[in-house]
Amino acid sequence: MKIKMLNKLILASAVVIAISSCAKKLDLFPVNDLTPDKVYATPEGYKSVLAKIYGTLNSTGNTGAAGNADIAGGLDEGQQTSFIRNLFNAQELPTDEAVVFWNDQTIKDFHALKWTSADPFIKGMYARPIYNITLINEYIRESTAEKLAERGITGAAATDIRNSNAEARFLRAFNYWVMLDLFGKSTFITEADKIGAFTPREISRPELYKYIVDELKAIESSLAPAKTVEYGRADQAAAWALLARIYLNAKVYTGSEQYTEALTNAKKVIDAGYSLHPKYPELFLADNDKCKDEFIFTINCDGLKSTSYGNTTLFVHCAVGDDNQYYGVNGGWFGYRSTKGLADKFFDLSGQTDQRALFTTPAYKPTPDQIELKNLDDFKGNGLPVAKYRNVRSDGKPVSDINLDLSDVDFPVFRLAEMYLIYAEATARGGAGDINLATTYINNLRKRAYGNDNGNIVSATITPQFILDERARELYWEGHRRTDLIRFGQLTTAGYLWPWKGGVASGTAVDEKYNLFPIPAANRTANPNLTQNFGY
Amino acid sequence: MRRSITKFSRILLSSLVLTLLSFSAMAQNQLAGVVTDAKSGAGLSGVTVTLKGTNKAVQTAADGSFSISTPSASGTLVVSYVNYATSQVSFSGNRVNVKLTQSEKKLDEVVVVAYGTRKKTDLTGSVVQVNAKDFQKGNIASTDQLLVGKVAGLEITSGGGAPGGGSKIRIRGGASLNASNDPLIVVDGVPVESNGIAGSANFLNTINPDDIESISVLKDASATALYGSRASNGVLIVTTKKSRGGKARYNFNTQFSLNEVPASRYVDVLSADQIRNVINADATATGIDTYKKLLGTANTDWQKQIYQRALGKNTNFSAASSFGQGKLNVPYRFSVGYYYQEGVLKTDKFDRVSTALNLSPKFFDDHLAVNVNFKLSHTRNTFADGGAIGSSVAFDPTKPVFSGNPSKNSGYYEWLQADQNPIALATRNPMGLLYQRNNNSLVNRYIGNVQLDYKLHFFPDLHLMANFGLDNSTGWGNDNIDSTSATNFRTKGRFSHYEQKKKNYIADLSLFYTKELKSINSKMDVLFTHSYQDFYTDVFNFAAFGQNGVQIPGTQPVFATDRPQYRLNSYIGRVNFSLADKYLITASVRQDASSKFSPDNRKGIFPALAVAWKLKDEFFKNSSAVSDLKLRFGWGITGQQDGIANYSYLPVYSQSSPTAQYQIGNTFYSFLRPSAFDANIKWETTTTENIGLDFGFINNRITGSVDVYRKKTKDLLSVVPVAPGANFGIDLLTNVGSIENRGVELTVNTVPVKRSNLTWELGFNLTYNENKITNLLKQQDPKFTGIEVSGISGGTGNNIGKFLVGYAPYVYNVYKQVYDATTGKPIEGLYDDLNRDGRIDDADRYLYKKPAPDFLFGLNTTLTLKKFSVGLAGHGMLGNYLYNNFNSNNGVLRTIKNPIVFVGNASANYLKTGFQNNQYLSDYYIENASFFRLDNINLGYNLGDVLRNNTVLRLSASIQNAFIITNYSGADPENANSTGVDNNIYPRPRIYSIGASLDF
Repeated sequence: MKIKMLNKLILASAVVIAISSCAKKLDLFPVNDLTPDKVYATPEGYKSVLAKIYGTLNSTGNTGAAGNADIAGGLDEGQQTSFIRNLFNAQELPTDEAVVFWNDQTIKDFHALKWTSADPFIKGMYARPIYNITLINEYIRESTAEKLAERGITGAAATDIRNSNAEARFLRAFNYWVMLDLFGKSTFITEADKIGAFTPREISRPELYKYIVDELKAIESSLAPAKTVEYGRADQAAAWALLARIYLNAKVYTGSEQYTEALTNAKKVIDAGYSLHPKYPELFLADNDKCKDEFIFTINCDGLKSTSYGNTTLFVHCAVGDDNQYYGVNGGWFGYRSTKGLADKFFDLSGQTDQRALFTTPAYKPTPDQIELKNLDDFKGNGLPVAKYRNVRSDGKPVSDINLDLSDVDFPVFRLAEMYLIYAEATARGGAGDINLATTYINNLRKRAYGNDNGNIVSATITPQFILDERARELYWEGHRRTDLIRFGQLTTAGYLWPWKGGVASGTAVDEKYNLFPIPAANRTANPNLTQNFGY
Repeated sequence: MRRSITKFSRILLSSLVLTLLSFSAMAQNQLAGVVTDAKSGAGLSGVTVTLKGTNKAVQTAADGSFSISTPSASGTLVVSYVNYATSQVSFSGNRVNVKLTQSEKKLDEVVVVAYGTRKKTDLTGSVVQVNAKDFQKGNIASTDQLLVGKVAGLEITSGGGAPGGGSKIRIRGGASLNASNDPLIVVDGVPVESNGIAGSANFLNTINPDDIESISVLKDASATALYGSRASNGVLIVTTKKSRGGKARYNFNTQFSLNEVPASRYVDVLSADQIRNVINADATATGIDTYKKLLGTANTDWQKQIYQRALGKNTNFSAASSFGQGKLNVPYRFSVGYYYQEGVLKTDKFDRVSTALNLSPKFFDDHLAVNVNFKLSHTRNTFADGGAIGSSVAFDPTKPVFSGNPSKNSGYYEWLQADQNPIALATRNPMGLLYQRNNNSLVNRYIGNVQLDYKLHFFPDLHLMANFGLDNSTGWGNDNIDSTSATNFRTKGRFSHYEQKKKNYIADLSLFYTKELKSINSKMDVLFTHSYQDFYTDVFNFAAFGQNGVQIPGTQPVFATDRPQYRLNSYIGRVNFSLADKYLITASVRQDASSKFSPDNRKGIFPALAVAWKLKDEFFKNSSAVSDLKLRFGWGITGQQDGIANYSYLPVYSQSSPTAQYQIGNTFYSFLRPSAFDANIKWETTTTENIGLDFGFINNRITGSVDVYRKKTKDLLSVVPVAPGANFGIDLLTNVGSIENRGVELTVNTVPVKRSNLTWELGFNLTYNENKITNLLKQQDPKFTGIEVSGISGGTGNNIGKFLVGYAPYVYNVYKQVYDATTGKPIEGLYDDLNRDGRIDDADRYLYKKPAPDFLFGLNTTLTLKKFSVGLAGHGMLGNYLYNNFNSNNGVLRTIKNPIVFVGNASANYLKTGFQNNQYLSDYYIENASFFRLDNINLGYNLGDVLRNNTVLRLSASIQNAFIITNYSGADPENANSTGVDNNIYPRPRIYSIGASLDF
């Protein structure tokens, strides 16, 4: 009898214990990943989030050179989600400055100016800046004075985080400028929009233009004075440079000219203490972080610690054939060349006269036969070779990546030369600038290029078209060309043709809708607030 | 207590073996005899011999002999044995021999189902149990391969021919797009880890197939719903061999096999002379001799170089008996096995040492039944570099294996560039890949559990059951590459180490109540279970080093360890009710709570209901023409959570790798990045309806079943586009969308000939299945063009398939090829302008065919003539299409004249198309891959007694993968890749085996 009772008791208690003890064990948390409360508990956490915000311009994910992609969506991480590579494909491929020989998906549509709203590359071009802005907004939300006080972060650390808030806003404006320029409108989100299931609104081009300009003006006083912050961070000069670029294109963006504003901001940068780096080719080499004299804002890359297949790693591989040693890389990607359009801007392609003509490698010469684009399949025998970016150091020391795969070259977003050119063009277009000063600026560029005064021009030479050509000579493959051609009405029209424009060997005009990229169809599916651009 | 011990020993006597009989002092008459098969005369072991009217029973020994004490010198014995007609024999004296006749019916077969067993006649759900004798024969490394072609609705496709390699297992097609489609696998009551472990190509290969008694395939929801949130893809229940007690019985079996890739199954590529002809002709035509200068003079068949005849050995020993005596009699089975297999790809190797132990003692007058299972395995893998397969069909056949310069790349011929380093993007020497890399691993695994079944003393209708199980494994290995290797020479080779540990626990506590209502010929049972499972992984990360001992930059792991973990807490209830032995009802419900979801979504309820009607007993009670007829209907809801990340409902920031930092000033800062998340994520739920008919005709000479099913899965985990800016990403894994599977399954087993010396058995099964996506979006959009899937080799980011509402998953999305009307050749770059807008763009792609088959079928036949047996087994698919990625990527001049300036080989398909450049998206490359494969031809010869009595020696020989019938032009039409993209499969070898098995 006793045994029976005991049995029953043991039974009952065993069941009860077993059932009740398990229910609360289901709250599990990851060991290595951090929940937001832990991230923002320390200044180091803030710094790492800030590093990510800058890093979105360089890397494509949380694992270098590829892996843990920021942006999935069925896109190729290295090729379609990188800020720099997207900018390059959007700004250079549709123009006379670049053609591609690969067969990857729709990439040949870019030079042919015939893309559609289903294009995966364009999907990535839209996704990247908006993704970056989403992260920036989160950082801005988390770095308010109240939040810092709440978390007990005080003193210098708190001040530093507060100051970085203005940098974050600069980066947001910069990302929005890309949207403004490529798409003419944008998904619009600010720090007021929290993460979750909401449908962001769309902002029109004039509205977005005003927002960016207002933001840049608003943060001007909060940003550090020019040339006073660590290399890689944005300062006041970066904001002025962006303003100058936007004002120069104001007619395209809003319909009204702002040339005086453009040259005024360019002049602010010029007067902030920058100077041209003496040797043009060194601006695009692995140790170009030494060119701080000329660089206003850069996206920093490192072949070991800051790696991606979509940053300047693209530049030091994509134009390379079997001449990889010259480029300092382990192999060529046999991908990108330029056209006769760019070649024709130079009188002498050898680089002997104008140092900027970086078209000769040990394996390839810019001969007429080479430059001619007989087809877009055979990289070797077709197109103007471009050897502007090379993963070798001016001091001859080894680069960071012992595999010679990933690039050390920093990408100059803004450099002094562009400010000179903006000043000159805005002046030539009727802005309240000084034409003699503009001439001096242009001659500064040409003196560096020629190594002497042989290339100097006189003020009468400065016409908008001359500046456009000078921009091609100075800034080719730096992500400006499409914007420039649109500003001059030459991207889609018959006024200027280059080989394979519109998919025809001799070049042809295309529909003017190609002045803007379409809003990716997938985004419009997900967000009914987004409207399509005209013609798509 | 003393009284119960006496009673216990009595029961023990009646239920255990001969050897113990002498222990009993109560015998008055000792009756002995032999039970034999009426036909063959062979002794039958394990036969239950009961003295009628008592509970006194014994089991026969291996030779069929038995001995039983009887109170008087005459009486009646009841002799019963599985699959034999029960016989009653009267005896007088102390000697009686019994002959048993094999019954036509196999209906008292007991089938393992979720949380228990049922008589096959009482099944209500769609369950098929395959027993050891019906498994695939020959050289089988892994459990999954035992069932190929055996069960309607079950598709098992090996990933290729790698030794110990894994399979894609699908029960009734996939029910998911982005989560797992693999069935749950339960071994002896322990749901085992399915995700594998570092160092193992196939986690199922850690279980020795020779230890497996049966595998139950649970197909419909009424059968699987007891596994709740892990059951949507069906369940395989693996049951290992147990001891039945009795006289010691041993089995020793051994097998040798020879594996080869017949040259006829090599991928069809150009010969060295053909390459020389192509290049010379091209040089003449173009006047450019760049490539001509690169040609070599060798004639190397690279496939012949990398493949070998491979040996396999498989040896197993098992002992089953009991130890102890009296109240501590413990039946046991112990086995040890060694399996060794070389790969047909050189340097590939797999071996396994395994042991299994089962103990099944009973205590307290049989009130407490204990079942202990313990399986331990130690596998060693040497993984060949699979890249050699792709290289072998792409490497220039005019080049020799060795360059003649041993100081460069250890003598392996490689394409070099101007600086004498290998061209970065050139194809690597296949032999260099194989012999300059050494990737080997060890995986130890033990799966064990203790099951206690306690029948209450004071209330014997109620059982209290407990099951404590664990599945622990450790995998580690080294992946080393030679310092002179063309792939890793810059870092002076690579030495890397990997390691992982998994610890999974399960605890089930159950109450089981069973009641027989004899008055109305009915019975019922009720089960209530509380189950708790913990899945825990220890991940160790290591930096890689060059062979010079220098750490390779960028390989420093972010975290040295990680410990992903999830838990499941479940309550299960089930009622089985059998009314008048004609109407069967099963109702069940499971509530799962999973740590993978937020507290608000954590719980899910998974009910199921099944009814069956034994038409045979209702309408054909005395008919022998209709020997079985049962109608089943089942409905149930199951879930799916495998494939969902452990913490995906939480907003988390993750740290970047050392290679993804940002430089601010002179300092590099690593990133903290927030991830897109859905706080409301939960499991997918599948509702299944199944109607089935089990039948048997002409004394069960024809048996089988038909099932018609429909599965609707909703809350499908799908990666869908989210509005940019709304989350930390442009797409999100969330519960949206639905998919529907419908199908019919037919299984027929026949015995066309059954004579005393000759038996012919013939069985086949056929499955029709269709899958259709029925929703993909949260908010509908008529312009939505689907989600691109099925990445291919060639170019970057090219996709060949789509997810689109109204279509099967992975439907191909291609251009319509235009052909030359006179030659019939496809015209390069010319596609049909389907929308007639005057240009060929993405809008002209159309949806064409799909990778999944319409029909699956399996065939089995065995002919037994006296002591000989011959068996054939095969399976096939109809209506499955593959994208021949090898032809699309390698069947062009561009791969011969590679733009990176080296010579490569091409698919022989190039000679048919003459394509200069790749036409990746052409429907020309979508091919019908319907096939029939003869999996197995086997011969057996039973020598019967050798050496001495009661020993049975069987000899066997088999050919596996004998032939394939197909029109598919690629190497193998059977592809484990859900996307249907076929490229560089590891060839499945043809295997010749001979074996011997000795029972003694």
